[in-house]
Amino acid sequence: MIPRYQAVLLSLMLLASVVMSVVLWQLLERAHQRMLVGQDSAPTQAPEVAPTVQATLLVASDADNTLLVQVQSLPLPQDPGSRARVILGKLMDLYAAPDADHPVPGGASSIAQVFLLPVPNSDSNPASSSSTPVAGKPARGQPKPAESKATAPMPEQTSPPPPGPQLAVVNLTGAFAASHPSGLETETLTVLSICGTLHANLPRVTQVRFLVDGQPRTTLAGHADLSRTYLAAEAVPRP
Amino acid sequence: MGGSLANNQLEKTITLVLSARLRSLLEARGIPVAFTRDADATVDLNRRAEIANHVNAQACLSLHASESGGGVHLFVSSLAPAPPTRFAAWKTAQSAWVTRSLGLAGSLNSALVQAGMTVTLGRTALPVVDSMTCPAVAIEIAPERGPGKKITAELDDPDYQARVAAALAAALLDWRSEVRQP
Repeated sequence: MIPRYQAVLLSLMLLASVVMSVVLWQLLERAHQRMLVGQDSAPTQAPEVAPTVQATLLVASDADNTLLVQVQSLPLPQDPGSRARVILGKLMDLYAAPDADHPVPGGASSIAQVFLLPVPNSDSNPASSSSTPVAGKPARGQPKPAESKATAPMPEQTSPPPPGPQLAVVNLTGAFAASHPSGLETETLTVLSICGTLHANLPRVTQVRFLVDGQPRTTLAGHADLSRTYLAAEAVPRP
Repeated sequence: MGGSLANNQLEKTITLVLSARLRSLLEARGIPVAFTRDADATVDLNRRAEIANHVNAQACLSLHASESGGGVHLFVSSLAPAPPTRFAAWKTAQSAWVTRSLGLAGSLNSALVQAGMTVTLGRTALPVVDSMTCPAVAIEIAPERGPGKKITAELDDPDYQARVAAALAAALLDWRSEVRQP
């Protein structure tokens, strides 16, 4: 005859074993269900290719401190924020090309995100923000006929845009800011070309702010002020 | 500010040498000059504007150097002109002076072009200049370039710096005489 306390201990251990078995069985079932769900979400169709539309880029030139209009056909997503990021990425790719007139390393990956927000305290009057884009003008002189296509059609708006002017928050990567050439002209042109390109393709974007790695930053590379809110109209340098 | 340039040069070194040349040319003509720094020292951006504002200068120049572009780049604050007020906001103090700053930039442009240099004009948002209460222009020196963007004079070329300083001094002399006229 075993002592009473050993019988109680043995019973408790037996009960614990049963409970643990049940819990383990349930965990196994949950893991199996998760695996099945994962298989269901696996892509079974090829991703759709976004329709190609015309995008207007304001490309900077260091030689004469101008922004020149270039119209490019790009496959653009429907979401305005994603669309803005793709367009700015193309602009950065042009600057990263070996023979660029405004050489800046980094390319498309320099644009981490673009967020579009309603302008605080705006009057929400679409008419007041749908003025003709002014960012397509060069800084000096007349536009070059071969390159200026200021009347190029804007990208199609497939979904109804939100009412009122918008603030675009452009999040740049720290690597881009760190590798950007230092200088008043080159930094100013980069900022203005981003602002002008955004406004040319998303006319409701009237204000632009910049972040670097998600944080506010004083200047881009020691000169151009990144702490302020830029008005899209300022994308036209006034001599 | 201390941007890095080609050949291990520093922007602050180039601008310090240029400012010393400009100072000697102006003082030789009887024009007093106040500097935010006359040695390799770090001066806070706000402090620079404070120094400029306290001397009540007839012209304020912010000197810079860059490898980008060519010739001399002249920049005026991108702030919209505004009437002067008794108490100006620090970050937009230049707005009451923008019109006169554009006039100063025009004088500098004329003198530099007359000296045979390539000049580009622009507007920018530069924190130091935006806080100045004087006619203010940011001047950025870039290498002198010939056809095909080939560099004909580097930033540290003494002859190039002397020509730029001489043109700036001539422009400031003209500007001073214009300001003195009723």
